Amino acid sequence: MKKIFARPACLKANPFHYCPGCGHSILHRLVAEIIDEMDIRGITIGIPPAGCAVLAYNYFDVDMVESAHGRGCAIATGVKRARPECLVFTYQGDGDISAIGTAETLHAANRGELITSIFVNNAVYGMTGGQMAPTTMLGQKTSTSPYGRRAKVEGYPLKITDLIANLPGAAYVVRTSLATPAKVNATKKAIRKGFDIQRQGLGYALIEVLSPCPTNWKLSSVESFKYLEDVMEKEFVPGVLKDISKEKA
Amino acid sequence: MAVNGMITIDKSLCKACELCISVCPEGAIQLSDEINTKGYHPAEFIKERCKGCSLCALMCPEVAIEVYRER
Amino acid sequence: MKGTDAIAEAAIQAGCRCYFGYPITPQNEIPEYMSRRMDEVGGVFLQGESEIASINMVHGAAATGARAMTSSSSPGISLKQEGLSFLAAQEIPAVIVNIVRGGPGLGNIAPSQGDYYQATRGGGHGDYRMPVFAPASIQELYDITMESFDIADIYRTPVMIIGDGMMGQMMEPITMHAQPPADLPPKDYILTGAQGRPSRILRSLILHPPEMEEHNWKLKRKYDLMRQTLPRHEEYMTDDATMVVVAYGTAARIAKGAVKRARSEGLKVGLLRPITLWPFPDEAVTSIAKKAKLFLVFEMSTGQMIDDVRLAVGGSVECVFYGRPGGVVPAPQEIQRIIERHWLQKEL
Repeated sequence: MKKIFARPACLKANPFHYCPGCGHSILHRLVAEIIDEMDIRGITIGIPPAGCAVLAYNYFDVDMVESAHGRGCAIATGVKRARPECLVFTYQGDGDISAIGTAETLHAANRGELITSIFVNNAVYGMTGGQMAPTTMLGQKTSTSPYGRRAKVEGYPLKITDLIANLPGAAYVVRTSLATPAKVNATKKAIRKGFDIQRQGLGYALIEVLSPCPTNWKLSSVESFKYLEDVMEKEFVPGVLKDISKEKA
Repeated sequence: MAVNGMITIDKSLCKACELCISVCPEGAIQLSDEINTKGYHPAEFIKERCKGCSLCALMCPEVAIEVYRER
Repeated sequence: MKGTDAIAEAAIQAGCRCYFGYPITPQNEIPEYMSRRMDEVGGVFLQGESEIASINMVHGAAATGARAMTSSSSPGISLKQEGLSFLAAQEIPAVIVNIVRGGPGLGNIAPSQGDYYQATRGGGHGDYRMPVFAPASIQELYDITMESFDIADIYRTPVMIIGDGMMGQMMEPITMHAQPPADLPPKDYILTGAQGRPSRILRSLILHPPEMEEHNWKLKRKYDLMRQTLPRHEEYMTDDATMVVVAYGTAARIAKGAVKRARSEGLKVGLLRPITLWPFPDEAVTSIAKKAKLFLVFEMSTGQMIDDVRLAVGGSVECVFYGRPGGVVPAPQEIQRIIERHWLQKEL
């Protein structure tokens, strides 16, 4: 028999520290597969977040520079401007990219920085124990919204992806989900395109991936993937919000 | 023509999230009775039911599954 | 040449090819100069959306091996503190210029020396130190800015240059020169894409306390080396001085005028001018303390450097303080009167 599925070369053999059923683990593998397929390990520089994936450099076998919480897009700007020949990506959670990092993210997009941001949206702050995130949904209970998020007190879930899609500097803005194998494949295609858009010099690419956090959602892994499809995808609707390569065609 | 497949599961990596079980169309995976060093009941492969579709490997967060398929 | 322009030009001539900054008075001329000049040398100029973004852009560029710089003034430097801590922790070279203004808070845009603590005690979190230079002339501003890029590379550290509003805005003739040769270590840690080599990680998260401790001590050894090699100062008429004024930057220029005037009246006064605020020139102070009977520390603040003078003196000689905070720039005559008052009071 022929081996048709194995660990990608660009994914170090370190066992993941992520929780059972965490979306990061799947997503890391997808990104590593893409780096292998595009043969870009030698020119890729990645910037991990502050969050569960802070240790992403233990898994991706590419040059990586750690960032303070939220600053990923500013660091990536410096990296890419200094080394435009490199493929530069940030890998950020919802707090990193749209709470503390809102200004850096927005302005990188506005400048059309030739970087790709992978935005992992699980509607909570995972690493710190499940606090409310910008993307926490109304009524969703977290450790700092124990009564459920209330619009009048805590505001609304922030759809930074939708905001960025309106910026001329943003070239490719898409939202995907990890809920099913088909959607995992679609996520991989979207991230691949996000890297291609960068290589083509078209502008900022943002891929928001709806991802489960079984531990802080207090659901089993299988239940949390169902929650993605049944609940999260209704609030954060997957789809292509902007694709400049189609507009130009 | 029926396609035959096979998977190997690295039991030391498995965290028993059961995603593989939930997506397998052939019911070829189940949780075993043994306990691995992490304290989980790792998934195990029930032979003779696999078509090599790779859905399990696609969903496995731990990259614990390798898939083989007959030509 | 104007102070701010001298800083920018020195950086360019030192090979700085990345500048990221944000407008704040009194240093706006630096980003403005860089916005024209970087283009001419094929470098990168980007006005960041904030001082926070700018220091992080510096971090990113320097992580790839570029000579990168940012500049700001007091409140903006406050914003950069997280970035400084991260640069120090990952051991990334960079040059940061602070043209100090009145503070705290929004303060004013007049010259001040109120950021001494911020510069020399952190001001970011964690157990790091950072070389801080305080030039007192435009020529020195030019020379030190140029040299700071080499120092940053040699020690893999952020380096801060403190000016003040006066330094930034004043104009003096200078002599430009080429970058002096320096023995620079190879940049074997920079991120360029892992082609043909193992991947590199630049990080500061060390969860295992014993490993973190090892890292902290490693940094400390580097700082101890800096304490030996980097302290700089200038002495003026201290050989036979009974009273020594200690001042840096613009305050030192004023104090020098006062010391000259006092000398012409027969008072045996001298001036010690620290050029590095960190590492502080302790040995110079200790050496002078063997002969002098009084230190008069003059700062354009309510007194911050005086702590370091007192530490170096170790209680053997009295230290008194005179300060003008808030952006007030006193004339030499004022300092002369203070010198004379102490001279009489202490019967020196």
